[in-house]
Amino acid sequence: MLRLIARRLIFAVVTLWVVSMVVFSAIELLPGDACQAFLGQMAQGKRLENCRTEHNLNAPAYVRYADWALGLSAGDLGKSIKRSKPLEDIIGPRFRNTVILGMTAALVGIPLAILLGALAALYRDRRPDLWISFIAIFCMTVPEFITGTLLISFFSVWLGWLPGIVIMRADAPLLDVLSKIVLPVMTLTLVMVAHIMRMVRTSMIDVLASDFVMMSQLKGVSRLRQVLMHALPNALLPTINLIALNIAWLMGGVLVVEVVFNYPGIGRLSVNAISDRDFPLVQAIALLMASLYVGLNLIADLLALLLNPKLRSRGVG
Amino acid sequence: MGAMVDILKGVMATRSGKIGVVLVTFHLVLALVAPWLVPFDFDAQSAVIDHAGPSLAHWAGLDILGRDVLTRTMLGGREALLVTLFGTGLAVIWGSFFGVLAGYLGGRVDDLIMRSVDIFLAIPWMIFLLLVIASFGNAPMVMILTLGFFYGIGVVRMARAATLEVVVKDYVLAAKARGESTLSIMANEILPNVRDVLMVESAMRWSWMLLAFSALSFLGFGVTPPTPDWGLMIANSRIYLALAPWPVLMPMIALSSLIIGINLTADALAKSLGVDKTTRALV
Repeated sequence: MLRLIARRLIFAVVTLWVVSMVVFSAIELLPGDACQAFLGQMAQGKRLENCRTEHNLNAPAYVRYADWALGLSAGDLGKSIKRSKPLEDIIGPRFRNTVILGMTAALVGIPLAILLGALAALYRDRRPDLWISFIAIFCMTVPEFITGTLLISFFSVWLGWLPGIVIMRADAPLLDVLSKIVLPVMTLTLVMVAHIMRMVRTSMIDVLASDFVMMSQLKGVSRLRQVLMHALPNALLPTINLIALNIAWLMGGVLVVEVVFNYPGIGRLSVNAISDRDFPLVQAIALLMASLYVGLNLIADLLALLLNPKLRSRGVG
Repeated sequence: MGAMVDILKGVMATRSGKIGVVLVTFHLVLALVAPWLVPFDFDAQSAVIDHAGPSLAHWAGLDILGRDVLTRTMLGGREALLVTLFGTGLAVIWGSFFGVLAGYLGGRVDDLIMRSVDIFLAIPWMIFLLLVIASFGNAPMVMILTLGFFYGIGVVRMARAATLEVVVKDYVLAAKARGESTLSIMANEILPNVRDVLMVESAMRWSWMLLAFSALSFLGFGVTPPTPDWGLMIANSRIYLALAPWPVLMPMIALSSLIIGINLTADALAKSLGVDKTTRALV
C-alpha cells in the first residue's frame, strides 16, 4: 500500500518535471524571444538589449531552464516582462479567486450531480430520467459563454436581481468575492452537473444490475438502504477518477467564464498575459495549472485506492 | 457503403437521432450553399440607424455596425465547420494510430505512449492553443493542426482501451501465427473491430472541438474580423444585449442547434452501435 502511494507520488513529480520542460521548450520554439514578442515593433537597438539583459535572455536555453526550474522549486515563479510586481503577487490573489470559484461550483455541483445521477438511474428510461438526461444534454453542449450570457440577460438585464459582471479588485476579501460570484458559479455548475450526472447515472445502472445488489434485495434490505449503502458508494468509485480527468476540460471552461463575467481569476489573467505577450507570466500560469491538474488527479487516485479494497490488496495502480 | 446505410438507419431509428441528423445535415448544407443564398454582402453596412430590429428587408435586424444579422449568421459557421471537420479527422487518424499501436504491441511501447499521454493531459491546452494562435496567426491550417493535435491525445486512450479488448481474440492470434506484419494486423484485424468505438468518439470529439473553436473566437482568437463567425458575433454584440437582442440570439441559436444536433446524433449512434460513451473522460 505504502509502496503504491510512493510510486504514485514519484510519478506525479516526474510528470510535473516533464511538463515544465514541455512548457519551457514550447515557448522557446515560438518565433522570437520573450523580449521581441513583448516589445513588438519597438524591438530593436538599445531597448531590446536592455530588456534581454534584464531578463537574462542572452544565456543559452538550458541555463535559463535550470534557473527557472531551480527558482520554481524555491517558490520563485520568475519575473513578468510587462509588470514590475513579482509574479507571485500577480498570480497569487487571482489563483485564490479561481480556486474559490472552482471550489464553490464543485461544492454545489458534485452533490447535486450525484443526487440527479442516482435518481436518473433509479428511474431509468422513465419520465424523471428522460427529463434529467434531456436537460443535461442542453447544459453540457451549449458553450459556457452562451449559458453565461443567457443567465446575465435573465437575472441582471430582465429581473435586475444580480450584477451582470463582477467588478472587484483581485485581492478583495473573501466575503466580498463570495457575494459576487453567484452567476459565474451558476454557469460553471450547470456544465459540471450535466457531465458528472451522466457518469454517475451510467455507473449506477451497472452497479444496480450487479449480483451483490440483487443479493441485498433477496436478503430483504430496504430499497433506500440498498441504494444509499450498497449501490452508491460502488457507483462513485469509477466516477472519482473521471471527474479528476475532466478537470483539465473544466479549467478551459473556467477561463471562458472568467472572461464573460470579468472575474479577476487566473483564466482571465492568462488571456491578458497572452495578449500582452508576457511569456514568463504565461509560462508560470501554464505550470501552475498543470500542477493543479496533477495534484487533483493524485488525490483522486489515492482516494480511489483508499475506497477500493480490491486495488489496495492486489497492488495495481 | 451498405454498412454506412445500416448505421444511418440505426441512428434514425430513434426520435432524438432523427432530430440530430436533420440539424447536422441542415448546417452542413447551409454552410455549403450560404454564399449564394444570403440576401446581403456580409460586411455591407446599411444606412439605417444601427440596432434596428427585424424588418422586411432585414429579417433578423442589424448589428451595431448596421450589418445584416441574418446574412452573418448564415455565413458564421463556415470557418468553424471547416476547421473542426478537418481537425477532428486529423485527431482521430493520429490518435487511433498510436492508440491501436500501444494496445496491440503492449509492453515498452505501450508504456511510453501512455505515459506521454498522461503528461500531455496535464498541459493546459486552452492556454497553449491561445499561445500558438497568438504567435502563428489564426489561419485555418494553424487551427486545424493545433486542435487536431490536442484532441488526438484523448483518442489515443480510447483507441487503446478498445484495442485491448480485441487483441486477445482468436482472429488476431491467427493473423499473428500466419506471420502477418504489425501494420497489416492493425489495419485488417484490429481497426475494423474498433471502428464502432472510433465512430462514436469522432462524433463526440467533433462537438467538443466545435465548443473549443467557438470559445476561441469568443475570446477573439478564432477568426479575423470582419469575417462572420458565431462566437465572435456573440462576443461583439453581447454588451448591447439589453438594447438589441437579435445580433446575440441569432448566432446563439445557430451554434447551439449545431452542437446539440451533433450530440444527439452521437448519442443515437452510440446506442445503435452498443458503445458506452458516458463513462469516459472529455480530454
